[in-house]
Amino acid sequence: MRKIVLAAAAAFILTAPAFAAEEVKPMEREWHFNGMLGKFDKQQLQRGFQVYKEVCASCHSLNYISFRNLEDIGYSEDQVKVIAAEYQVTDGPDENGDMFQRPARPSDHIPHPFANDQLARASNGGALPPDLSLMTKAREDGPNYVYSLMLGYKEAPNGFELNPGMSYNAFFPGHQIAMPQQITDDRVTYADGTKASAEQIATDVVAFLHWTAEPKLEVRHATGVRVLLFAFLFTVLAYLYKRRLWARLGKH
Amino acid sequence: MANTAHAHAAAAQGETRRDFLLHSTIAVGAVGTAMMVWPLIHSMNPAADTLALATSEFSIAGIAEGSGITVVWRGKPVFVRHRTAAEIEQAKKDDTADLRDPMTDAKRAQKPEYLILVGVCTHLGCIPLGMKPSEPRGEYGGWFCPCHGSHYDTSGRIRKGPAPLNLAVPPYQYINDTTVRVG
Amino acid sequence: MSTEKSRLMKAWEWHEQRLPIGSFLDHSLGSKYPAPKNLNYWWNFGSLALFMLVTMIITGVFLAMNYTAHVTLAFNSVERIMRDVNNGWLIRYMHSNGASFFFIVVYIHIFRGLYYGSYKPPREVLWWMGVVIYLLMMATAFMGYVLPWGQMSFWGATVITNLFSAIPGVGDAIVTLLWGGFSVDNPTLNRFFALHYLLPFVIVGVVFIHIWALHVPGSNNPLGIDAAPADKIPFFPYYVAKDVFGLGVFLMVYFAVVFWAPNMMGDPLNYVPANPMVTPPHIVPEWYYLPFYAILRAIPDKLLGVVAMFGSILILFVLPWLDRHPVRSASFRPIFRIFFWIFLANGLMLGWCGAQLAEGLPLILSRIGTFWYFFHFIVLLPLLSWIETPKPLPASISQPVLSPAE
Repeated sequence: MRKIVLAAAAAFILTAPAFAAEEVKPMEREWHFNGMLGKFDKQQLQRGFQVYKEVCASCHSLNYISFRNLEDIGYSEDQVKVIAAEYQVTDGPDENGDMFQRPARPSDHIPHPFANDQLARASNGGALPPDLSLMTKAREDGPNYVYSLMLGYKEAPNGFELNPGMSYNAFFPGHQIAMPQQITDDRVTYADGTKASAEQIATDVVAFLHWTAEPKLEVRHATGVRVLLFAFLFTVLAYLYKRRLWARLGKH
Repeated sequence: MANTAHAHAAAAQGETRRDFLLHSTIAVGAVGTAMMVWPLIHSMNPAADTLALATSEFSIAGIAEGSGITVVWRGKPVFVRHRTAAEIEQAKKDDTADLRDPMTDAKRAQKPEYLILVGVCTHLGCIPLGMKPSEPRGEYGGWFCPCHGSHYDTSGRIRKGPAPLNLAVPPYQYINDTTVRVG
Repeated sequence: MSTEKSRLMKAWEWHEQRLPIGSFLDHSLGSKYPAPKNLNYWWNFGSLALFMLVTMIITGVFLAMNYTAHVTLAFNSVERIMRDVNNGWLIRYMHSNGASFFFIVVYIHIFRGLYYGSYKPPREVLWWMGVVIYLLMMATAFMGYVLPWGQMSFWGATVITNLFSAIPGVGDAIVTLLWGGFSVDNPTLNRFFALHYLLPFVIVGVVFIHIWALHVPGSNNPLGIDAAPADKIPFFPYYVAKDVFGLGVFLMVYFAVVFWAPNMMGDPLNYVPANPMVTPPHIVPEWYYLPFYAILRAIPDKLLGVVAMFGSILILFVLPWLDRHPVRSASFRPIFRIFFWIFLANGLMLGWCGAQLAEGLPLILSRIGTFWYFFHFIVLLPLLSWIETPKPLPASISQPVLSPAE
């Protein structure tokens, strides 16, 4: 009986998604950072940062990233200072009580493209471009979803009512998205000479955004392997000891 | 985990022969517990963003001779005093005085005109008086800590009172003639 | 060396005469606590629950050192823990997944009690204390989930606190009191943090009473018959060794999730900062509440839905009087055993329903499941107590008359 019920429950849970409302499954991709020992490809993250800078940053903020964090993706301290100095941030007040602009330092956050949400909406036809720092964790199957979204722009199918100013996207819930298509072949020219196909650009920027969402992923994986091996050793020893201890009981 | 390891240890005393399995289980468990404790304790150390903010920059252009400003570095006050010629002379003369924490004035100020000190009394952490014209500067013309009566001279050296050390000189550099970066 | 040791022993004895901590522990979970010798691995989950409680309190205390309970700062302070605080990511993932694992362990512990009849005389008060702990855990976990101030935190808090508005007459006043305002806002977050820090220590207190109540009749066992003194072995070292081994196995599963799937049991939308102006299209509570959430939504009346939801938990308090069958263990109750597994499957199905939109098939299933849930307790169990003929019971643990089924 137990087996029958459990089997029924298992079958139910496995087939359950079929009952759920139809959702568009994002395209699946292999990611460097997946798997037991998954790591980021730093070269790829730097390309992704270039894409963010040249394509995304005009509308999307990256609130949780400071310039100093870029050292994690392979830039040296001096390179980070140079990158930071390309940006102006507001500081102050100075001795006269005025706010002033100065070049950013590594400890500064990447500046927000708009002074406030209202301005962001006003500049984007009423739509608010979301912050991207956590995007790949803030959506189901995040990396695949963002990748699919980047490449999911298509002609609206016949009969689909598209509101003015909106674009059709196969993977966006409801298929109407305020953001126009951004990623096309050769949208950027990579500093490292990689051929910039649309797929390549989308892959790189998603990898970069997964780093911004989960910067401790590599140390998490590495620590995990050590902790698990240690726990395994402990468990084996504890088991052997327990077995020997309990063997005493049988003799009495 | 620590408790069970402890209980194991107590039982081990009763055992007559050494029990390799028991001892290694306890050892691995104890090491594992210790390795888990350290990340917790370490989380109380300064975080990455705190460490990244460890520098401050400020301008010294506007400080009149004989007065000073107080700037913030790592959440602590830093005294910047534009010393008068008389104060510098007094400080240099006292290099040979009987000092509790001997240090020459030349080592304490990169440019003798500007003395830059962490404004925290080395006794128990109060902020000494002496930065405002109305405040007492103590018997040696530098700073006076009202909490427990420590007197510092015009080079920020401890001369009288319970404080054991001179006011600390923070690491700093002149970026240009008028701008200093601390940290 | 030897004189040193005896000096240490003397100091220890001196202390014991004044405050017998060692003897207390020895009687609680040590060599002076005799436990039936036939406890199986399902009995490991009590000590695992205690381990998780301690883990949650410790990681929680260190998280609290870096958390800021303010609507404008809470989300950022959690991200700062994840990015800048030394090992903050590890402590937070241990805490957030620890909540899920605490519930997994406690659910297994509860279902073990249900299967082997551990709620039956003379263990009713022990069972009550367990239900109290479970209720406190639910309150604590709910308030903890609000603290990161993500979208699910905010809307979960809104929906759950609004449950109380179903109370006739005073409902709205109670909700306003809970919020400290006219919506879930900063006062709500602040008091939730205060209570989230407090309640675990209340749980510790009730756990003490739970263990105390356990020591009066002693542990139940898989056969469900009273264990003769000859069939008992000291808890230390036998069950301590067994629990430590079980802990090792548990840790491997727990750490595998913490290090490789730390967000598996969380909702992605909680990585979006709370926005009081936008309700996500599909809000779900954390998985451990899902069956009760399904019961809530199964009933199309606000007050009755809330009553059914709370009733589904509170009914556990009277379980010892609903199931009055004299035989404890399901091993000797073939009919009860079938319905136990159906009840478990029904609970899983309700959990699945709770995660779906409340319409169509999931709604129908959650209505069937809700009916069955109460039918099981209110009709089946009393009926079975009356009509079920058990298999012959063994005379003692050492001499089973019949080998237990399976």
